[in-house]
Amino acid sequence: MKFETVIGLEVHVHLKTKTKAFCGCSTEFGSEPNAQTCPVCLGLPGSLPVLNAKALEYAVKVALALDCEAQGFIKFDRKNYFYPDLPKNYQISQYDMPVGLNGCVSIDIDNTEKKIRVKRVHLEEDAGKLIHKQDGSASLVDYNRCGIALLEIVSEPDINSPAEAFEYLKNLKLIVQYLGVSDCDMEKGSLRCDANISLRPKGKKQLGTKIELKNMNSFKGVRDALEYEARRQEEVLSKGGSITQETRLWDEDKQLTFSMRSKEEAHDYRYFPDPDLVPFTLEREFIAEIKKGLPELPKNKLLRYIKEFGLSQKEADVIIQDKDMCVLFEDCAAIYAQPRRIYNWLTGVILSYMNDRKKNITQLDLNSQALVKLIQYVEEDKLSNLAAKDVLFCALDGKKDIDSVIKEKGVTQVSDAKDLEKIVEAALKDNPKSVDDFLAGKENAIMFLVGQVMKLSKGRANPKVVKEVILRRLNKTQTYGT
Amino acid sequence: MLNSKTAHELLDLIKAGKASQDKILSDLKSRIDKVEPKVKAYAHLPKETDYVKQDSLLKGIPIAIKDNICTKGQLATCASRILENFSAPYDATVIEKLKEKGALIFGKTNMDEFAFGSSCETSCYGPTRNPWDLKRVPGGSSGGSAAAVAADEAIWALGSDTGGSIRQPASLCAVVGLKPTYGRVSRYGLIAFASSLDQIGPITKDVHDAALLLNVIAGYDKKDSTCADIPAVDYTSCFTKDLKGVKIAIPKEYFIGGLDKEVEESVKQAKAVLGKLGATFKEVSLPHTKYAVSVYYIIATAEASSNLARFDGVQYGFRGKPSASDKSGQMISMYKQTRGKGFGLEAKRRIILGTYVLSSGYYDAYYLRALKVRTLIKNDFDKVFKDFDCVLTPTSPTAAFKIGERLEDPLSMYLSDIYTISANLAGIPAISLPCGFTKDKLPIGLQLLSAPFKEEDLFKVSYAFEQNTPWHKMKPDLKV
Repeated sequence: MKFETVIGLEVHVHLKTKTKAFCGCSTEFGSEPNAQTCPVCLGLPGSLPVLNAKALEYAVKVALALDCEAQGFIKFDRKNYFYPDLPKNYQISQYDMPVGLNGCVSIDIDNTEKKIRVKRVHLEEDAGKLIHKQDGSASLVDYNRCGIALLEIVSEPDINSPAEAFEYLKNLKLIVQYLGVSDCDMEKGSLRCDANISLRPKGKKQLGTKIELKNMNSFKGVRDALEYEARRQEEVLSKGGSITQETRLWDEDKQLTFSMRSKEEAHDYRYFPDPDLVPFTLEREFIAEIKKGLPELPKNKLLRYIKEFGLSQKEADVIIQDKDMCVLFEDCAAIYAQPRRIYNWLTGVILSYMNDRKKNITQLDLNSQALVKLIQYVEEDKLSNLAAKDVLFCALDGKKDIDSVIKEKGVTQVSDAKDLEKIVEAALKDNPKSVDDFLAGKENAIMFLVGQVMKLSKGRANPKVVKEVILRRLNKTQTYGT
Repeated sequence: MLNSKTAHELLDLIKAGKASQDKILSDLKSRIDKVEPKVKAYAHLPKETDYVKQDSLLKGIPIAIKDNICTKGQLATCASRILENFSAPYDATVIEKLKEKGALIFGKTNMDEFAFGSSCETSCYGPTRNPWDLKRVPGGSSGGSAAAVAADEAIWALGSDTGGSIRQPASLCAVVGLKPTYGRVSRYGLIAFASSLDQIGPITKDVHDAALLLNVIAGYDKKDSTCADIPAVDYTSCFTKDLKGVKIAIPKEYFIGGLDKEVEESVKQAKAVLGKLGATFKEVSLPHTKYAVSVYYIIATAEASSNLARFDGVQYGFRGKPSASDKSGQMISMYKQTRGKGFGLEAKRRIILGTYVLSSGYYDAYYLRALKVRTLIKNDFDKVFKDFDCVLTPTSPTAAFKIGERLEDPLSMYLSDIYTISANLAGIPAISLPCGFTKDKLPIGLQLLSAPFKEEDLFKVSYAFEQNTPWHKMKPDLKV
């Protein structure tokens, strides 16, 4: 029997507000444990929550960017359960009236667009972090994370393969990053993802029994866990077995899932409206204002880059993954009408620099004027490609300006034939065999000779001119010989 | 003795150079030394007291605070073992306001555990006694505050009222107790019982003091989302001599079975006094009154079950020792031991009831329906206040009952709040005033209710009534 995989994802995103969702504590990552706490986020007796307006604004932004119907009536509920990372033993969340309903995220599967429906987007507070001592003697709690505004984005079970899940996550993350409301950094826990997966016989409508997967630490982890789980379920079902509803954890090291709790142990969260937070209505104008202020979203940017800058879909898809790079790209294109050259530089040299130095583009001391200047120097044969790359790396490392690095290094390209003749002479002298090969008709030998000249000139020689000079010189030699 | 004076009398005496903070405090302390062993009004007495600067509005006049209100650096136990060692690291907004105006925070008063009760008997410190009859309860849950004020162990006090917890003990102890409109006073720093019903309010020796105290504590607070951004008036400026033009409604549902004859008689006489001052009366109907107690015990316990979930032994308060034989594991066992040993019987009863009504499958039938009926109760009052300034009722159906008399019968205990609960459900202000005594010399209270944020109407009628009756001047004889 053939099976169809059905996947739904629950994504939690930390909103990048300066202060927590219901108190004034900082949301900075990496401070001393419990340094960023107050009576409110510690849930001390008598304290009361007050909604952070920015968190709500960000939530509405995401809802609108995901094509949700933004809900005008804002209400918070309490989700009751006991756990030591939750100081009130209830979480302030949104139950039946989330900020956003019925949105979607488009993904590209084999060059076809597929729409994954987003069921709901709701705002809630994060819990603290438990650290268990290795010897089991104690568990410690860090409440710094407790109370940070968290957005839960729940998809419909429209995802049919681990690869689609991966694409969905990639696109969702990109949209949220474009809005500037979250870092979406899975390593720092600012994006977390749980998955529901079930199998059903192909062609059947009724959903199979689902398994909830937790503890994935990267998008790849999500894909791997789903792949493992799809295989496991298929094996069970093929043998005539059945799946029991449960929560399973992904073990990254062993690359497998294992059971955490069964449905019987599932909580009754006893949701009810939080009486400490008065429900209120968002003005229609407020929502319209946010909608108007939304930035260009990745999908639209992609289409525009294809149309406006002549990039291919594949190329455009590379650059739109980095919204800050797009800013630099467009700044450069505005002053230098060679978008493809700029594109090549950004996704080539600069991307390799960023990967090498583990920096993002906003951390580089690079502006559009400097980059365009550099590209122009190459076009004008003032710098070789190699030298330009070297100059750029030096400039970025030392936070210096391009011209002073060029001067310092003395790397301006030598394009004057007269200046190059001496080096050519030396290269020919050192490589008589290649000269003979060339003269015997091996055309390729000239490239070797050009390379030798480049080497001797420490990359400064203009290879085009070098080739001309060599050709001229060899023809001459030939003449002399006869 | 200065401790028997009201705050506004003391302010006059200080102004005239006839009283000082030192003298007030020493009189108060010597009274407490004599009387407290009998009354047991306080949960915690201060070891030493700060002095407050004399150029302030309240000139360092001491105030007793119910033990569910956070005062920085002092215990705030809610009279529960589970918070036995909890010292509040911050001041409630009302305490900030009091300190700012120069009040001296003096002592934390006894209460029913987590304000669950109408008799002050469920305290982990043992019961407070009614100064008018030490064998009887002072009412609750703010029984400590009411008893302290009645026994001149405090000049004035703060209480909290979720279903009558200020008014009922005020009534049983012959003092004045006001529950302000929901949202009139910040709840920040009040350890929550039922968040949608709780309000902090004054318990005082007369109406003037209640108005003075409300002046200090009322007003918007950005730390409490449920606090209303509506300016408060000067409540001491609304006192008048007569009540011409004042229209008072008498709800017929409040004068039926269960109402003690002597209480009914006193309220009738009070009505006559108000009538002489020019007020007019008309019988009205508040048809949903009969549902108030049921609705209250669903909503209040539901909220309480969630509000009290935080007392788990993890961060603060009492922590039970996990039992090694408990198969549910260390963590669950710690929760069980902490909450099992930390909470008293009534707290457990309400947590279980509240958990039940919120449970999946019961929510719609209980909690959701209760919310709907709550709206109907509020609508009843809205309708009446279109035509009337106040509603007049007894505060409590009976005078003070004996200690132990109702403890084993929660339903009869719950019915002591039958007349006070509706004000909390409707969110409206209500005041209790002394209006007489039974043959056994037990105080009887009169309740006045008004439209939301119309506390001035209550003060106007109450002040005129008080000026024409002797009841608030009566003092219990504690034989010292």
